[in-house]
Amino acid sequence: MAGIPHDHYEPKSRGEKWLHKRLPIVGLLYDTLMIPTPKNLNWMWIWGIVLTFCLALQIITGITLVMHYTPDADLAFASVEHIMRNVNGGWALRYLHQNGASLFFVAVYAHIFRGLYYGSYKTPREVTWIIGILIYLLMMGTAFMGYVLPWGQMSFWGATVITGLFGAIPFIGETIQTWLLGGPAVGNYTLTRFFSLHYLMPFLIAGLVIVHIWAFHTTGNNNPTGVEVRRGSKAEAEKDTVPFWPYYVIKDLFALALIMAVFFAIVGFMPNYLGHPDNYIEANPLATPAHIVPEWYFLPFYAILRAFTSEVWVVQIASFVTGGIIDAKFFGVLAMFGAIAVMALAPWLDTSSVRSGRYRPQFKWWFALLVVDFFALMWLGAMPAEEPYSSLSLIASAYWFAYFLVILPLLGVIEKPLPRPDTIEADFDAHKAKAGAGSSDGNVAPAE
Amino acid sequence: MIKKFAITALAALTFTASGAFAAGGDGKVIDYDFSFEGPFGTYDQAQLQRGLQVYTQVCSGCHGLQYVPIRSLSDESGPGYSDAQVRAYAAQNFQVYDEEIDDYRDAKPTDNFPVNEAVGAPDLSLMAKARAGFHGPYGTGINQLVKGMGGAEYIASLLTGYTGEQKEQAGTVLYENTAFPGGWISMAPPLYGDDVAYANPDVAPTLEQEAKDVAAFLMWTAEPKMMARKQAGFVGVVFLTILSVLLYLTNKRIWKPIKARQTR
Repeated sequence: MAGIPHDHYEPKSRGEKWLHKRLPIVGLLYDTLMIPTPKNLNWMWIWGIVLTFCLALQIITGITLVMHYTPDADLAFASVEHIMRNVNGGWALRYLHQNGASLFFVAVYAHIFRGLYYGSYKTPREVTWIIGILIYLLMMGTAFMGYVLPWGQMSFWGATVITGLFGAIPFIGETIQTWLLGGPAVGNYTLTRFFSLHYLMPFLIAGLVIVHIWAFHTTGNNNPTGVEVRRGSKAEAEKDTVPFWPYYVIKDLFALALIMAVFFAIVGFMPNYLGHPDNYIEANPLATPAHIVPEWYFLPFYAILRAFTSEVWVVQIASFVTGGIIDAKFFGVLAMFGAIAVMALAPWLDTSSVRSGRYRPQFKWWFALLVVDFFALMWLGAMPAEEPYSSLSLIASAYWFAYFLVILPLLGVIEKPLPRPDTIEADFDAHKAKAGAGSSDGNVAPAE
Repeated sequence: MIKKFAITALAALTFTASGAFAAGGDGKVIDYDFSFEGPFGTYDQAQLQRGLQVYTQVCSGCHGLQYVPIRSLSDESGPGYSDAQVRAYAAQNFQVYDEEIDDYRDAKPTDNFPVNEAVGAPDLSLMAKARAGFHGPYGTGINQLVKGMGGAEYIASLLTGYTGEQKEQAGTVLYENTAFPGGWISMAPPLYGDDVAYANPDVAPTLEQEAKDVAAFLMWTAEPKMMARKQAGFVGVVFLTILSVLLYLTNKRIWKPIKARQTR
């Protein structure tokens, strides 16, 4: 691909040449797999493979589950029990699919925060970043609709609450809500359309994943130093990179196998730990559960949604200025989507010319606080809407916005970055020297 | 930095069990010991059989088990009765409505346990998974990680949790119960001890024994494939660990020349 100079596919046999003239697909696969990759990538660069695997896992288990599932409000819950009891290996498919969603989100959050720390969103990778955010939004939509399909209590009431958010939009909200639900309230018509979209959206994600990979294969990978690969000549580039196959394929597969071992332990030993007991009760429009809580991966943004109540002065000002059009509920919805929007705008909000957080002494601390903030929001999203959680949610939400809207723009101006290595090769050698020293120490000890 | 981050991410997966905040409430749930707890726990077949007896002779009067096929009583990982025993059990205890003959007939192993909506009592098929026994601390879900979700503990605690107090409210008699969220339940105490005669004379049908037996049985009706699941999980973990070691060694070896080449 463009950018880093490297060897391209040359068809050798007659058959290869014949095909290559007509459809250069082998060349495309070869160039994709052999792409020069910075050789100093650390273990936070494994999540892309994990995510790709998750998508495949969810699509394969999902397609198989559909063979036995019935998208009908009267039959859906029973058909899931049919899968769990009567379908051969059905329980495995269903638990893999259910917990696969959690793995998917663990990986995507790790992947996103990796990008935020190492400045992967910065020029020239803005398009990769934006497509990534779109994929994340699609994932949220897909996961939400998928959670409705078993038609348990939390499916039903979660759908009611979340689609209710759209009802908060002034003037057109109710129309949008009715359009989303297919009727006045969550019902069979909601289930059937969510089922249809839940099947469709993973394929849209797959399409965007290809564009995502295409984009960063055009710019080249970022790396922990944020220093670009030298592109003057092939020999120079080869000092900074290794081909993706086999170096990173094997490394990523090792990480994937390790993560899969943990994943299998969860699926095998505690598959319901991340779920809600309430979802084993069939949906009942007449009985509201005591606490309606979304799945863990939505909690940080759910906390932001709930943080802005009518007592908050920002909300009161917004309401006053707009003559009441923006009320607390709508403000919360704006804040929730805004929290993702500011993340999408990170390439333009971050004014620092230094890419990697490794060489930004102040940024490091603000970033660590952002990670803490994310987990704090996750915890707060699960807590009841009462003191002290409401105030804490507000503080945590404020920091989320402050990080992107205030800290990132300011840091670029006031921060004095540390010296960066000149090349990726220099960084790689420095690390190796450190690791080498470490292992020789280790060798001394057991030689007794 | 990044290592710390990875650890935190893992911790989040493990500790942020949102299940901790659903279902149940502040009722007092006793941490009864069950044979099926932990990664290697299995169902105790004799206990499942006793639990089935309690269900059949007491609970089934009001509660159905509509998702449970009667034939599964012969599952090896379940009560494990012979086919003939299951056939006799079905015919003796349950009548089901058959559309073809437009009438009730004796149940067969291929039928599910009947629905029972006589007094509005909830179906028990999934009750042990629809309730969580342990909560907190502070919604972190750590209790559930350590002690399990606790649906069976909740059921056993509920059955043994009656204080004997009762009150009338809006024409309904409510019974005080220490495990039930809110403290007052509309179900009259179903078990007192000596409600059934166990085939095994060594097991005395005390209230606690009966409650634990039926709770274990309901855990099985909710999760009949648990033993296959744990086995598959164990095999998966072992194989993936071996695969990880092999890939780790492969990775080391592949990278070795790359790392050696750079010495300057």
